[in-house]
Amino acid sequence: MPANELVLYQEEFQRLENSLRQLRQDASARAVFVFDKSGQQIAAAGETDQFDTTSLASLTAGNVAATDGLAKLIGEREFSTLHHEGQRDHMHISIVGKRAILLVIFDERSSLGLVRLRVKRSSVEMEKIFEEMQEKGTRAADGQAPASPFAEITDEDIDALFSE
Amino acid sequence: MTFINYASREINCKIVYYGPGLGGKTTNLQYIYSKTAPEAKGKMISLATETDRTLFFDFLPLDLGSIRGFTTRFHLYTVPGQVFYDASRKLILKGVDGVAFVADSQEERMDANIESIRNLDENLREQGFDLQTIPYVLQFNKRDLPSALPVDVMYRALNFKREPTFEAVASEGIGVFDTLKAVAKQILVELRRQ
Repeated sequence: MPANELVLYQEEFQRLENSLRQLRQDASARAVFVFDKSGQQIAAAGETDQFDTTSLASLTAGNVAATDGLAKLIGEREFSTLHHEGQRDHMHISIVGKRAILLVIFDERSSLGLVRLRVKRSSVEMEKIFEEMQEKGTRAADGQAPASPFAEITDEDIDALFSE
Repeated sequence: MTFINYASREINCKIVYYGPGLGGKTTNLQYIYSKTAPEAKGKMISLATETDRTLFFDFLPLDLGSIRGFTTRFHLYTVPGQVFYDASRKLILKGVDGVAFVADSQEERMDANIESIRNLDENLREQGFDLQTIPYVLQFNKRDLPSALPVDVMYRALNFKREPTFEAVASEGIGVFDTLKAVAKQILVELRRQ
């Protein structure tokens, strides 16, 4: 079985958000997001209330997965960045570490060159945070970190979810 | 992939509806969408062809309420059932936590059901999962059609590991929520076990 669980603690969440806020400012972007490759939002910064972020996460992950499939078809390991150009708004999508996707939405106040440059810089920092998350998760599995709150859920807790 | 977020106190899980083409996977999601309170659901996305066949996936985010102070959120996906979309099906299985297999009860679709389960088994393996151990439920859809095979015949042919099995008429909502609840429960039980 693959490691099928991602655990995000407050500390790493804060660091990710700080890093996203910085990136958003440096790249003059409208909004920046980090998603998991399976389509879940991990953190975001900027004008996030302007977007349906849940849909954005699942479609971005689908997009990355499809592009990944295309890459393999022609013998590439992956296409590490994607760029979508609109009339007003544009998207820059890149892979961070092994399992995260960084999405930057920007308009005429920024440029692709600037976004690429800033993304490259902050990706290094984010990769580090993800590595630490992974380590913490492994320690939790070994019983050295806080246990999952779900370790003690009862059948009644589960049934209660479906009672309404 | 189960995602536990301590910062926002949320837990997110991914359920994939699998099965042969025109079996009713999208109809399951549409019914769930239509019967869920607005505050408990997000937008339903369907990436379909011009003739309404699923091209890539349907997606429906659903809040089931909270468990031990954590908001429990399920992301429901369907795969395109048509045989030639296999590459897309593999992608959608990435990070899956549980699978609901929607079988078509019509006699003439039995071969397609069997082929699709075999395909699911193979594609899960490729992603590093095992159908023997992953949370899994089976739904016999279209029970209202005259050519529907008897349930025991279908059970013998399609049941893989004595997984919970439900009769359904997805277009009328029969069996739809039973199927969803059964797979969601298995995922939560699995989470406790881990």
